[in-house]
Amino acid sequence: MSTRLASGGRLIDRKTTQKFTFNGTWLSGFSGDTLASALLANDQMLVGRSFKYHRPRGILASGPEEPNALVNLGRDDRLEPNQRTTTTPLFDGLQATSQNHWPSLEFDIGVVNNYAARFLPAGFYYKTFIHPRAAWKHLFEPVIRKSAGLGRAPKDRDADRYEQAYAFCDVLVVGGGIAGLQAALSAGRRGDRVILLEQAAHWGGRAPVDGDAVGGMAAGDWLTAALEELHALPNVTLRAACTATGVYDHGYVLAAESLADATPGDGRPRQRLWRIRAGRIVTATGAIERPLSFAGNDIPGVMLAAAMRDYVVNHAVSPGDRTVIVTNNDDAYRTALVLRDAGLAVPVILDARPAPAGPLVEAARARGIRIEAGRAIAKVQGGKRVTGVQICLQAGEGAVLEEISCDAVAMSGGWSPVVHLWSHCGGKLNWDDRLSAFLPDPARPPLNHDGRAMVTPAGAAAGIFEPDAILTSGEVAGADPDSLGEVQDELLARQSVVVPPVWVMPQGARADLRAKMWLDFQNDVKVSDVQLAAREGYESVEHTKRYTTLGMATDQGKLSNINGLAVLAQALGEDIPQVGTTTFRPPYTPVTLGTLAGEARGEIFQPLRRTPVHGWHESHGAYFEPVGLWRRPYCYPRSGESHADAVKREVLNTRAGLGLLDASTLGKIIVKGPDAGRFLDMLYTNMMSTLPVGKCRYGLMCNEQGFLSDDGVVARLDEDTWLCHTTSGGADRIHGWMEDWLQCEWWDWKVYTANLTEHYAQIAVVGPKARALLEKLGGMDVSKEALPFMAWSEGSLAGIPARAFRISFSGELSYEIAVPASQGLAFWEACLAAGAEFGISPYGTEALHVMRAEKGFIMIGDETDGTVTPLDLGLAWAVSKKKADFLGKRGMERNHLSSPDRWQLVGFETLDGSVIPDGAYILAEGSNDNGQRNVQGRVTSTYYSPTLKHGIAMGLLHHGPSRMGEVVEFNKTDGGTVKARVADPVFYDKTGEKQNV
Amino acid sequence: MLTLTCPCCGVTAEETELAPGYEAHLKRFGPGSTDAEFESYMFARKNPKGVHFERWRHAYGCGKWFLAARCTATLEVFGTYPAQTTEPPAAILDAIRARRPDWKA
Ligand SMILES: [Zn+2]
Repeated sequence: MSTRLASGGRLIDRKTTQKFTFNGTWLSGFSGDTLASALLANDQMLVGRSFKYHRPRGILASGPEEPNALVNLGRDDRLEPNQRTTTTPLFDGLQATSQNHWPSLEFDIGVVNNYAARFLPAGFYYKTFIHPRAAWKHLFEPVIRKSAGLGRAPKDRDADRYEQAYAFCDVLVVGGGIAGLQAALSAGRRGDRVILLEQAAHWGGRAPVDGDAVGGMAAGDWLTAALEELHALPNVTLRAACTATGVYDHGYVLAAESLADATPGDGRPRQRLWRIRAGRIVTATGAIERPLSFAGNDIPGVMLAAAMRDYVVNHAVSPGDRTVIVTNNDDAYRTALVLRDAGLAVPVILDARPAPAGPLVEAARARGIRIEAGRAIAKVQGGKRVTGVQICLQAGEGAVLEEISCDAVAMSGGWSPVVHLWSHCGGKLNWDDRLSAFLPDPARPPLNHDGRAMVTPAGAAAGIFEPDAILTSGEVAGADPDSLGEVQDELLARQSVVVPPVWVMPQGARADLRAKMWLDFQNDVKVSDVQLAAREGYESVEHTKRYTTLGMATDQGKLSNINGLAVLAQALGEDIPQVGTTTFRPPYTPVTLGTLAGEARGEIFQPLRRTPVHGWHESHGAYFEPVGLWRRPYCYPRSGESHADAVKREVLNTRAGLGLLDASTLGKIIVKGPDAGRFLDMLYTNMMSTLPVGKCRYGLMCNEQGFLSDDGVVARLDEDTWLCHTTSGGADRIHGWMEDWLQCEWWDWKVYTANLTEHYAQIAVVGPKARALLEKLGGMDVSKEALPFMAWSEGSLAGIPARAFRISFSGELSYEIAVPASQGLAFWEACLAAGAEFGISPYGTEALHVMRAEKGFIMIGDETDGTVTPLDLGLAWAVSKKKADFLGKRGMERNHLSSPDRWQLVGFETLDGSVIPDGAYILAEGSNDNGQRNVQGRVTSTYYSPTLKHGIAMGLLHHGPSRMGEVVEFNKTDGGTVKARVADPVFYDKTGEKQNV
Repeated sequence: MLTLTCPCCGVTAEETELAPGYEAHLKRFGPGSTDAEFESYMFARKNPKGVHFERWRHAYGCGKWFLAARCTATLEVFGTYPAQTTEPPAAILDAIRARRPDWKA
C-alpha cells in the first residue's frame, strides 16, 4: 500500500493539516502536498479509469506529463475537468472526483470494453464510419457516447476571474532548474532584462531530489545562493507557478501563471496570462522520463522511477512497501537508493542492459540490493493494484524465470528532453543514439525577425544531464548563445550518460503481451495498435498518430510519443530519425479557456459603441440588436406589447404621422482636396464629381471584382469637399478602403479623408408631419422650395447647429439632421417634446427595414452577399456608362457577371398573405446529383408589411424582371412550400410622391 | 504574432496592431485589359515558401499602409518600406540577397 512516511518530506509542513474530499470521502494531507501526493498518502492509488477500455489507472508521474491521474476539480461554478493531480497543490477544502467511470470508480461497467478490446482496434472509427452504417446508429454510438469523454464539462458560469498582462525582456528563461537559474544569472549579470519562469511552485528542478553536488556545493546550498543573487538583481524578474505554454513568431511567448488556484474565492484573479515579447528565449525545460513498454505497465502501482523518488523525498510518501525497479539506464538506481534510505524494500532491480556499471550501480550493489542484468518484466500481476511481477530475459519472448511479489514497480526507459518550446516555431531536432532521444539541433534553430536564433536550449532540454555540464550549458545559453552549438557538442561528447534503446520489453514479446503494453495511457494506445497500423500501411508518423490516436489526448503524448514512434519505426524496419516526430504545437500544457479570455467576457467581451442617444434608448425600454460593435434599438415595445406588435405600431405611426430614428451609426466620411471628385468617381460606380454643392446623391461602391460592397448618400459640402455616408457596419472598412487606394495606388492624388462617424449624431425625422416639426423647432428654412428632395442645407434647429439632409430611406417626407455629437441627445429630446402634438414616436431598426423593403430599397448584407452586382439588383441607373474607369468596372465586364443569365432582383407577394421564411429558396424542376431539389433563386428580405397587411419579400430570381406576374414556390422550414407572385419590388408609393413633397 | 516596424511612424508594431493586405507590387488592370491580365491581377497571387513582399496597414497605429519583405518559412523580416513605390527599393533587395544569395526576384 502507499502511505505517509514517519519522517522527511522536503516540501510538506506536517503542522498544517489540510482536509479535502475525493469522490465525497474526506481525506487529509499536509500543506505542501500536491493532490497526487495527498491521495497516495491516503493509499488512494486508483484515481481514474482509462478512456477507451476503462482500465483502472493510478498515479504514474509527478509532474505535468501525468496521463492518468486527472480529476474533476471543484464543483458547480468552480468545476474544472481533466485537472492533473500531480500539478494541483493541495488546499483545505479541495474537492475532487474521479473521471470516466460509471457507476463508480471501484466498479465500472465500461470495463467490458477491456474484454471487448479486439472489437476496438486501432482505426476503429475509420474502419466503421463508412460501413456498416446501421451499426453506428444502434450499436456503436450509444455505447461509445456512454463511455467516451474524460471529465465533465462545467455547466455553470465560471465564478472566477482572470487577467492578462504584458511583459518585455531581453532574455526569457523558461525553466527554473539548475540550467535555467544559471542562464538567468549569466544574462542578468550582463545587465540584460531577464524574466525567469518556472512551471512548479518551487525552484531547482530535479537537483534537490537527485542530490548531486552542483558547482562543488550541495544542491540546496547552490540553489539558495543562486536565488539570493537573482532576487538582488533589479533587472531580473522571477515567476514560479508560471508555465510558458507556447513560443510564437518573433519572440512572443504566452505563459499561464497560477495565482489563486489554491485559494478559490480569495478575490484575486485565479490565473494570469502573460504575453511576453522577448529578445530571445532560453529553454531550460528539462526532460521527461519515459515509461517502459511491458505487459501490464498501466496497472496502478507502476510508476515512473523519478516520480517515485519525488514522492518519497518531497512529500514523505511511499508509493509501496516493496518496489521492483526496472530500467535501461543508471538514473533509476537513484530511486532504489532513496527507497532503501526511507526504510522500504527493493527486492530487485531488473536492468535490461547486459552489464550495468557505474557509480550509481555500484552504490546500489554496495547496499546489497539485488541487481539482475539483462532481465525484463514479462508481465505485471494485479488488477486495481500491483501484486507482483514476472521476470524474463530482455532478449527473449517472455518465458517466466521467476515471480516476485511487490506492490509497486518503478520504471525508467530513459529521458526525453522537453523540446516543445524549441520546436513550436520551427526549431529542428537530431536523433542522439547515445541518449536514444531527440535533441535540439543548434545549427537549425527557430529564427527571429533578424534571422538570428530565437531559442537557445540549455541543460537537460539540450540532452545534458550531468550537473557541472548543466551549469556550463546554462552559463553559455544566458551570456553567449552564439557559441552554444560548439559548447553543446563538447558537453554531450564528454558526458558518460548512455541510454540504450529498449522500446519493447522483452524485445521479442509474444502477441498477448504486446496487447497489454501501453504506449499512450490516456488514449489507451498499445504497442499492438501501432504495430497493426504499420501492417495496415500507415508509414507516416502523422497518419499513424491520427489512426491510432497516439499522443492525441490532453497530455499530447508527453510520455508516449517517442516510445510510439520507436515502435512504429521498428515495425516499418526503419530508423527512428527517418520516421521523425509529429509536430509540436502549443500549448505545452492545457490552458483553461478563462485564462485565454482574460477580462474579455460578459459586458467587456468586445468594445460597445454607443450613440449619443444610447442612454435614452436604454432608459426607454428599447430592445437592442447588435450592428457591428453598436447596439441599435430594434424596436421600443410598450408594456405588454410583443416585438412584432411594436414594429407594426412604429411603421404605421411613421407612415401616418411622425417617427424619429437614431441614425447616428451611419458612417460619415469626409473626402476633401483638389482631386477628391476624381477620386470619388473611381470609388463609386456613378458620377460624384458632377454633384452640385448643396445636393445629395445615392451612390454604390463595388470591389474590384465588380460585386456590391457598400452604398449610401453622398453630399457635396463645398467645391472640394464631399461627405460620404456609408452603412453602419461599413464605416471603418470603407474608410480603410479609401486609404488603401489613396496610399498605395493613387498616392500622387491630392485627397484627404477623415472618418467623422462619431463626431455627429444623426437623427432621422420621418413622416408626413416631419416638416411641421422642424418648422416648430425653428431656425432654418426647411420648405420644399428652400430644401427640396435630395438637397441639404446648414443652419440651426432648436438653437442647435445642424445640417439637414432631405433624404429618405422610408419613402416618406424625411429629413436626416446631423448635429454635433455632444448635442445629439438634446436635439433628440427637443424633437420628442415638440413632436408630442404630432403624435411623434421613436422607431427602431426593424421598422426601418420594413419601410425600406416596402419601398424596394436594397440593404447591403441582405440583398448583397459578396456575389451580387449592381445590375443584379436593377441598379443599372447608378452605374455610369460614361466613366472610363471605376473600381469594379473591369470586374463587372467578366462574361459571367455581364451575362443576362443571372438571378436578378424582383419583389414577391405571397398568395396566402403569409411571410416567406428567411433564407428560403425558390424551387425549380427536378433535382441535382446529390438528390437535392433544384433551385432558381432565393429570398433576400422578407417581412410582414403592416402598411399592406400581407407578406412581402424581395429576392433574386433567375431572369426575374422578365417574369412579372408568374407564381413561384419557396421552400419552408417545415418541409412545405409557399406560393408567391413575382412583382415589382416597390410595393409602396411607386411614383415617390410621398417623399417628394 | 510577428512584429513589423512601420516606416511611416517608426513604431515596431505587434501583429494585432496591423491589418494584412496580401501581395505587394500588384499592377492594377482596369477596363480594356484582357481576361488573362485581369485574372493575374485579381486572382493569381503569389504564395511562395520563402521571400515574399506583402502589404500591411498600421491599422491601430498611424493608419498608414506600408510594404514588408519577409520570409514566409523562417519568419525573418528583411525590411519594411513605404507603400508609395512600384518595386522594392535597392536597400531591401540588398538585405534579401545578403541573407539569401541564391534568391532571384
Ligand atoms: Zn505607423
